[in-house]
Amino acid sequence: MPKNTHDIIVVGAGHNGLTAASYMAKAGLDVLVLEKNEWIGGAAVSRELYPGWKYSNCSYVCSLLRPEIMRDLELYKYGLQIIPYEGSATMMRNGDYYAHYHDHDMTINAIRRHSHKDAEAYERYSRDVLRQCKIIKPLLKMTPPDLTSFKPKDIFGALEFAKHFAAKDELGGLSEKEIYDTIRFYTMSIRDYLDEYFESEITKAHLAGSAIIGTALGPCSPGSAYVLLHHYMGEVDGSVGSWGYSRGGMGSITKAMMGCLEDYGGEVKPNSEVSNVIVKNGRAIGVATTNGNEYYAKKIVSNLDAKRTFLKITEEKALPGEFVERIKNFKIRGSSGKLNIALDGLPDFPCIPEGDPGGGGDMHFTETIEEMEGAYDDWKRGQWSRNPYVDMCIPSKSDPTMAAPGKHYMSVFIQYVPFNLANGGWNEERKQEFGRHIVDCISEFSPNFKDLINHYEVRTPKDLDSEVGLTEGNIFQGELTMDQLMFNRPVPGYAQYRTPLKNMYICSSSTHPGGGVMGAPGANAAREVLIDMKIPQKGNYY
Amino acid sequence: MAIDLRYSALKKTPFHSRTSLASRTNHWYTWNGFTVPTEYSTVELEYTAARNGTSVMDLTPMGKYEITGEEAHAFSDYLVTRDLSEMKDNTVAYIIWCNEDGKVIDDGTIFKYSSNKFMLCCAVKIYNWLNDSAEGFNVKIEDVTDTIAALSLQGPTSCSTLKNYGAIGLESLAPFEMKEFNIDGNNVLISRTGFTGDLGYELWIDPKNAEATWDAIFDAGKHLKIRPFGMNALEMTRIEAGFIQTNTDFMAAEDALRPVRMRSPYEIGMGWLVHFKKKNYFIGKKALKKEKEMGSTERCLVGLDIDGDKPAHGSVIYNSKKEDIGIVTAAMWSPTMKRNVALASLRRPYGIKIKDNIFAEIYHPEEIEYRKIWAKCKVVKRQFYSPERRNKVPADLYE
Repeated sequence: MPKNTHDIIVVGAGHNGLTAASYMAKAGLDVLVLEKNEWIGGAAVSRELYPGWKYSNCSYVCSLLRPEIMRDLELYKYGLQIIPYEGSATMMRNGDYYAHYHDHDMTINAIRRHSHKDAEAYERYSRDVLRQCKIIKPLLKMTPPDLTSFKPKDIFGALEFAKHFAAKDELGGLSEKEIYDTIRFYTMSIRDYLDEYFESEITKAHLAGSAIIGTALGPCSPGSAYVLLHHYMGEVDGSVGSWGYSRGGMGSITKAMMGCLEDYGGEVKPNSEVSNVIVKNGRAIGVATTNGNEYYAKKIVSNLDAKRTFLKITEEKALPGEFVERIKNFKIRGSSGKLNIALDGLPDFPCIPEGDPGGGGDMHFTETIEEMEGAYDDWKRGQWSRNPYVDMCIPSKSDPTMAAPGKHYMSVFIQYVPFNLANGGWNEERKQEFGRHIVDCISEFSPNFKDLINHYEVRTPKDLDSEVGLTEGNIFQGELTMDQLMFNRPVPGYAQYRTPLKNMYICSSSTHPGGGVMGAPGANAAREVLIDMKIPQKGNYY
Repeated sequence: MAIDLRYSALKKTPFHSRTSLASRTNHWYTWNGFTVPTEYSTVELEYTAARNGTSVMDLTPMGKYEITGEEAHAFSDYLVTRDLSEMKDNTVAYIIWCNEDGKVIDDGTIFKYSSNKFMLCCAVKIYNWLNDSAEGFNVKIEDVTDTIAALSLQGPTSCSTLKNYGAIGLESLAPFEMKEFNIDGNNVLISRTGFTGDLGYELWIDPKNAEATWDAIFDAGKHLKIRPFGMNALEMTRIEAGFIQTNTDFMAAEDALRPVRMRSPYEIGMGWLVHFKKKNYFIGKKALKKEKEMGSTERCLVGLDIDGDKPAHGSVIYNSKKEDIGIVTAAMWSPTMKRNVALASLRRPYGIKIKDNIFAEIYHPEEIEYRKIWAKCKVVKRQFYSPERRNKVPADLYE
């Protein structure tokens, strides 16, 4: 047996890689995780880039992380604590604001200030979206069946999949009308969907935000309604659609996962970038790293996105040509940027009354869907949005561990920002220009904001690509459209975490159920590996 | 401010002007003749304050009794099952006390100022019981419930909040120790105690300083995620900590209408507080000794880790033959652990010798109908959650 041999090698210590690794280590396997950066966590990190301030400098909020994973891996033991949001708000140029709260009735009262009809429509809207969430929830922990296969597993899997759409126990059975609604929901644009409920522009603009975050779709693009669902299907303790902060930043999630992994005897090696998968006789037998090491294992599990997994670290001749073509066509377009800001104090946002919990979570300033679509138009031309949609929050308002008392960390997610910037692409100067532009946009709503800035970090899709390893900076590791979801993710025929190369698996967000700090792809992939290794398991993913 | 009993059927605590101002929901709970907020905003956010920042609860309604006199120490030791003979000044002990039949009347905490001054805190009213039991002891019993205002500050930043407020050196106070501080010219007694299983403190002050203290504390905690905390959130934290609640997890012997509902310490997981070896007799000793010798304990109180995410409120517990073996007394979905946990009173040997194949029948309400869930349970330690920071000395500071 060659040196450096393990049962499993996981490539990439992001949250899905660590989830998969922890489940497999818990099952008794010897697991090694290789990470290219000197820190672990992938896009779920807390980094002190300015002394005294912790930045969740990629992903910044938590809702999708499956509670059953937190339970199976006992992440609380390793310090994970989710802090629910208090509310959210959209600021308006006329000095008014629109707010959502943790409390449903308070939200209804707040919407009513803008439209009495919308306040009541919101009840109907919540019900309909919640119904879709309930349909999709059990699918998250299933391996999508291959609809073209006649294997019993796939036939039963397809039935199981279908069953959830008509499950009597959960939803009392869906009638024809609701099944039509589901199909429409998955294919509609968010604008068309919201128009069926609401009249006021501000209500629609506030709600539509969830449908564009992270995607290269506009609010008028078909398929954007699903993206909203993707952001809603998470929960904080049964409160479906709620979002929260991970105490200590998003890095606390991956740190807790690593704690679990190590307790089960697994290991993470930082500074170990995998250059290629070692293939012998048509099987993956190990990996080589850029620093010249080789590691061997019975199974290789890649937590890189589909493009990096199959086009970068796997040699093309080890894969079928048609498969490679499909991977090349996999849509993974970067559309977002970020600012991480160290603030000397709490900025005033005069639109939001002091002490209003609406300012406790995500804040925005896009007032109409038209504005949002305009922001998207800039992106299509290869420019950052002149009037961007931002999702900004100040985690340190709720979390005492991000900065010293009285100091604040602000996360600003920006939509839209192109990967390929027109007229010569990204360079340091244009990156800083983009950063200044965003600071100016926020300053319009906060007179003292600029004065409070100690430091900020600008993140473009280029940085997400080169540093984090998200191809083109797409935060979901692949667009969330029907052609790339469920049994189509990443490509039809290979949606079951196995790859055309024997002993090689993929557990990243490029697989079902997709992006967000969810962990479900990792847990599902671990299950498939354990099934292939004939290691029976108990837990929420079996 | 003295409490005026003439006009209101239920008493307002000395913090009422502040708690009512902080309440966004106007939900009030009746506790020991007082009204206190059930919740202020939403239970999830309040619960989170105790696990993330500082939660502040008005603890005034807690029954408080001063035991003074030459034999205060001897009487306290006689009253409770725990051996208090070695108890040091300025410490607090968790205690239970029983009637002569060895059935538990209540649990609580006892504070020792000196050998001739103690304070007992508990949920039920026991002024009468204390006086009757004190016959023959040279002690004076005084109900100080209305004359001592109390606040509970719990959570990881609670030490920092109190330090900002003026409790210099508080971080060196160990769990179950207490210390008097002079803050803004007033005496404030602070004990490192609480009902959340987390880092936390309780403040015992003169009611006339209540409002000013509340304001000063909220000011001290303004950057430390401070939040008022109601009774619903308390119920969540105490279940996670595995603490028992009188008349919820067991019936107080003095309150139980049906004698069969009375419980011995062994039946509610409190056997560790019964010290037969202590020098002097204590109330209930004879009966408890007999129970222990005969092995006649009928029930036990255990922690359950239950499959799925639907809380098992009031569930009947079954063995694999579908025979009824007990009942859930308190249940919750734990937001911190992401576990579905419960406290359950089981018929022995279930929960002690037989820990497998135990099931809860959960009736989960779903829009006017119930879904019946048959969920597998694991018997686990009742103390579900106990973070490291809880017992750390010096306590964590956020600066």
